[in-house]
Amino acid sequence: MSQLTELTITQALALLQSREISSIELTQAYLDRIQEFEPQIKAFITLTPELALQQAKAADLRLKNNTGDNLPALLGLPIAIKDVLAIKDIRCTCGSRILENFVPPFTATTVQRLLDAGVVVLGKTNTDEFAMGSSTENSAYQTTRNPWNFEHVPGGSSGGSAAAVTSQFAPVALGSDTGGSVRQPASFCGISGLKPTYGRVSRYGLIAYGSSLDSVGIFAHNAEEIAIIFQHIAGRDPKDATSMEIPVPSISLSENGSLQGVRIGVPKEYFIAGIQAEVDSAVRSAIAQMEALGAEIVEVSLPHTEYALPVYYLIATAEASANLARYDGMRYGYSAESATLWQRFKDTRGSGFGSEVKRRIMLGTYALSAGYYDAYYGQAQKVRTLIKRDFEQVFEQVDAIATPVAPTTAFKIGDHTNDPLAMYLEDIFTLPTNLAGVPGLAFPVGFDHQGLPIGMQLLGPHFKEETLIQMVHAYQKNTNWHLHKPNLESCR
Amino acid sequence: MQLTIQEVEHIAELAKLELSDAEKEQYREQLSSILEYAANLQNVDTGDIPPTASVLPEQTLLREDVVLEALSPDSVLQNAPQKKDQQFKVPIVMENGQ
Repeated sequence: MSQLTELTITQALALLQSREISSIELTQAYLDRIQEFEPQIKAFITLTPELALQQAKAADLRLKNNTGDNLPALLGLPIAIKDVLAIKDIRCTCGSRILENFVPPFTATTVQRLLDAGVVVLGKTNTDEFAMGSSTENSAYQTTRNPWNFEHVPGGSSGGSAAAVTSQFAPVALGSDTGGSVRQPASFCGISGLKPTYGRVSRYGLIAYGSSLDSVGIFAHNAEEIAIIFQHIAGRDPKDATSMEIPVPSISLSENGSLQGVRIGVPKEYFIAGIQAEVDSAVRSAIAQMEALGAEIVEVSLPHTEYALPVYYLIATAEASANLARYDGMRYGYSAESATLWQRFKDTRGSGFGSEVKRRIMLGTYALSAGYYDAYYGQAQKVRTLIKRDFEQVFEQVDAIATPVAPTTAFKIGDHTNDPLAMYLEDIFTLPTNLAGVPGLAFPVGFDHQGLPIGMQLLGPHFKEETLIQMVHAYQKNTNWHLHKPNLESCR
Repeated sequence: MQLTIQEVEHIAELAKLELSDAEKEQYREQLSSILEYAANLQNVDTGDIPPTASVLPEQTLLREDVVLEALSPDSVLQNAPQKKDQQFKVPIVMENGQ
């Protein structure tokens, strides 16, 4: 019954609760589809079909025996999880050989909250190693294919989760976004992806990359589905000291599709020479459509945007060099056989990490090293303050900022693998968001001449995910870009 | 900004990464061009601008000092490459009185 994988999660949950379908049927439909197309797409590092069917069976039993109305809200709903989030007793690789056999003894808070709400875990999705990359080509295991064209990348680093939702291997998935790793693959795959405010969602159990930038995000086909999952994972967690004690609103979505009374800023620094013409025009059309729906559009300026790329690559790599110092081959992960302690550290890390991870550790170590700290890391943290102030000033005038997600649509596999700087430039429109800690919601607004999706993002003030979700929901009420799905048969 | 092989070797030593000669040369070239790109940060006037300490408003959340459930020693050690008597086993750190 393959049409089960076409259901929105709202539809699926209603059918599960009325017991018109069982969680076993729904889960099996996704597993069947995974079995058919996963050999081409390569979205998962680890599949957990036995666990999924076990969880589905337990969910069905609870649905069957239910006499009251106090069942968990997501009971029986399948989901995919990026392989950077720990789930107790399921291997967690982070896309790295150094964690090839790592089995966490604990579960990430985000995953635990979803498990408590009744979800069924289908598997762990592919990622660039330690979430460092924009294409999944840095995964030590495989390169995930873009479901719209198998010769193109799905984006990254959460490319496995994006491809899984796009391919209808799972209705929703979790990812992580340190510099765009949820929004850029969502854009490349033509789905919706939320990067919440820094501090809004617990990172306990998220394997650290850049701790002042990392956030756990959500992939789904539309904003309404993102709202449902967001409300389960958001909120203070005593296990993450950076998670804020700020109430999570109950997000109400209007059915009238109006943007009356909303002000959207369009920053000129994001519509620059070098951006693919079709991306520019699709994003401008979407902004015009939002204006037609009642939004007031104003030009704004984020003058320090051009510095976001070097600031990000100095701060993120500096933090990564410190975070990844823990991989020493002593407590977990790959360990080289070398006899002496210092040589074992070096051999473990030299052969356990892949090329991009070592490059970023080297860059971050340099930026923090004696004699260079002030010029690189110190200066980057000061310019970061200016980037953050740019956003604060603009959000005094507008409710949201509209920009492209990436300067191009999904590039071809192999196009940027020999030029790290060219790969880094793919992230120029998503990095400033993480530097400022503000939320961003990516969603599809068109296709280019090759049939590859085009995405745009709305950025909002700290803790205003609700506004972004409501605005994208209004847009999606009036457009059908989010309803397009790739025909995987024809790509083979 | 051109790094030398000696500088690359120094960074690799600080980062505890064993690199092949080919990797050293590759990173020398790539890190040089990335640092050159990053050099335009020096053009920004940051005279009285404080560095970002946190993007969030300050919050100091206290909790009661109570004993909570924690991971068992066995589960903490379950991924250890080498262990002995409920402890991680590592190569000798200091010998001959050093």
